[in-house]
Amino acid sequence: MIKSTKKSVVGSSASSGRIKAIDIVNKGLKRRYRKEKRFRLYGMLSILASVAFLAFLLTSIVFNGYSAFLQTYIKLDVPLEAGMIDKQEPGRSDFQGIIKSAIRSYYPEVTERQDKRELYALFSSGAAFQLRDTVLSNPPEEGTTLSLWVLADDDVDMLMKGHMKRDVPEGSRRLNDKQLRWIERLEADKRVEKRFNTTFFSAGDSREPELAGIWGAVKGSIYTMLVTLALSFPIGICAAVYLEEFAPKNLATDFIEVNINNLAAVPSIVFGLLGLAVFLNFFGMPRSTPLVGGIVLMLMTLPTIIIASRAALKAVPPSIREAALGVGSSKLQVVASHVLPLALPGMLTGTIIGMAQALGETAPLLMIGMVAFIVDIPGGFTDPAAVMPVQIYLWADSPERAFVERTSAAIMVLLAFLISMNAVAVVMRKRFERRW
Amino acid sequence: MQMTAEAKSSNQSASKSGASREIFLPPERDRVKDGGKPHLSAKNFSIFYGDFEAVKKIEADILSKYVTAIIGPSGCGKSTFLRAINRMNDLIPSCYTSGSLMFDGEDVYGKYTDEVQLRRKIGMVFQKPNPFPKSIFDNIAYGPRLQGVKEKKVLDEIVEKSLRKAALWDEVKDRLDKNALGLSGGQQQRLCVARTLAVEPEILLLDEPTSALDPKSTAKIEDLIEELRGSYTIAIVTHNMQQASRVSDYTMFFYEGDLVEYAPTKQLFTNPRDQVTEDYITGRFS
Repeated sequence: MIKSTKKSVVGSSASSGRIKAIDIVNKGLKRRYRKEKRFRLYGMLSILASVAFLAFLLTSIVFNGYSAFLQTYIKLDVPLEAGMIDKQEPGRSDFQGIIKSAIRSYYPEVTERQDKRELYALFSSGAAFQLRDTVLSNPPEEGTTLSLWVLADDDVDMLMKGHMKRDVPEGSRRLNDKQLRWIERLEADKRVEKRFNTTFFSAGDSREPELAGIWGAVKGSIYTMLVTLALSFPIGICAAVYLEEFAPKNLATDFIEVNINNLAAVPSIVFGLLGLAVFLNFFGMPRSTPLVGGIVLMLMTLPTIIIASRAALKAVPPSIREAALGVGSSKLQVVASHVLPLALPGMLTGTIIGMAQALGETAPLLMIGMVAFIVDIPGGFTDPAAVMPVQIYLWADSPERAFVERTSAAIMVLLAFLISMNAVAVVMRKRFERRW
Repeated sequence: MQMTAEAKSSNQSASKSGASREIFLPPERDRVKDGGKPHLSAKNFSIFYGDFEAVKKIEADILSKYVTAIIGPSGCGKSTFLRAINRMNDLIPSCYTSGSLMFDGEDVYGKYTDEVQLRRKIGMVFQKPNPFPKSIFDNIAYGPRLQGVKEKKVLDEIVEKSLRKAALWDEVKDRLDKNALGLSGGQQQRLCVARTLAVEPEILLLDEPTSALDPKSTAKIEDLIEELRGSYTIAIVTHNMQQASRVSDYTMFFYEGDLVEYAPTKQLFTNPRDQVTEDYITGRFS
């Protein structure tokens, strides 16, 4: 490449004695190409580095988290003897007792109180609820034996997934030798199975890892994001349009502009303090709710949206404005029918960035009580709720080994949520995109 | 300054009144029906950008139904003057005017003048073709729709009429629903003319309409101006002196913000009164 270019340059004759401009150019040519090559190399290296970090991050998350999508179940035969199910109110029967007796009948040799307790610990406390749901949805005849796949306790789950080693000394694992023998018997009877973990996608938070799910946090995030979007998009765009198209350029608008730019750089926890002081204490809004969380995140997202929208408005060529004005549109008509449609893709980009930021935010929510242990799945904007990053934070903080994989799985869900949110925005942007 | 400009501009036009207008009219065969009344009259009209006086105390009438060319070197204020006629300069915050510019007996810069209505009556075509990123039909129909025309039939009629006037109908009649940005530069510019005509303006301002076009398209635009002459009052800013002499009945020569000379085109190009005008049209500077 370099050589051919050099050859193609004509008129390089050193013989004439005089220094020609072209000779100087030729001399520098090699250095110029080298420089360009080096610059390209730097660019490629930096891209490679960031891709490598990203790949490392993703693989570690997936590697840690994929096992959370499976859950160990144990097949339990539950004999329903007469009187076990309350005739009048089947929901109030002693399901815990039924499960326990079913366990005992499978292990008749266990009689000691301590042993029994250790035996029951192999099964999740959720097993009673499973039985209750089964009985209520499909009331069985008395005297029949229900064959039920019940949740295993998280320790059993960890053992089955290989996170707990069987060959280490008894003192350094959470299940003792006796419990291991019981599990081995279950395995020999093919009563242990790993199945897709539906609980994880349908339940709220729980102290028991096998009962904990991300759905409560996902719904909390959806509600919070809806509030944020519904407030910040219209407000941000109106503010940007007014500032860019209508506001007179004077000291007051300059002051506002500086402040908006500053707001974009304010640490997010400050917005949380503001939300605590204003929305909770002054206005008395319900704490821990998507409503307040959404408003606080709206405050945080607004500057981003306003700045991006203003840039998008500035990029609309003035010729379009002149054209519309020239045929007799008013200023508002120019903005509504020409400037806004052309600026919308850019505004949507700003909104994507703002919303993505808001989705991953924990600090401001800390202040308004959204970092709480909330078991119920929120059903509205004023129900107490957690959001996904908060849930991740809470699980990452929990000591149980089973929460480690759930933390990673929750991160995957968060990323999937983010990607699908962005995908929607990108599709919408593409639809609105017009060239001029 | 105003007096000197006037004095230079022409001996026949005794500055302010319309008494001299008979002499000002072109020869019989070039005259247009009902034309020659002052459609726009500037009195002591100046335009400022902040402290800078870009156009200095203009005294001139633009005559109805004739084509007036505005020429002059870059930065002489000709575009500023043209854009001031339909208040396009309102977009520039530091721009203001003094004196008066009357249009149909109404001051363009009057307190109660509605600039939106004014711009409908005084249409403008810009240097760079600027169709909306919409279909050809929607481009033309945009103005009438703003005025409240909704029926499809009426719109169809307006679109066809405007495109025919702009000599574009035959080229685009089969693809009215296609994006206007798919047209060639010259077609786009004629589309812009058609778009302006669709709202039935009285005055057509053309700001260097051919400077971004190839010679063939330029010729088409010039033919178009010739077509429209006699129906609309046209003011055209151009860098191209041949063009000015080809298409216009009157020519204004601006130099450093002054209206140096304003005369029938033939007279200005063959027998300029002013030395600066002569130097400019003979190409001694540009």
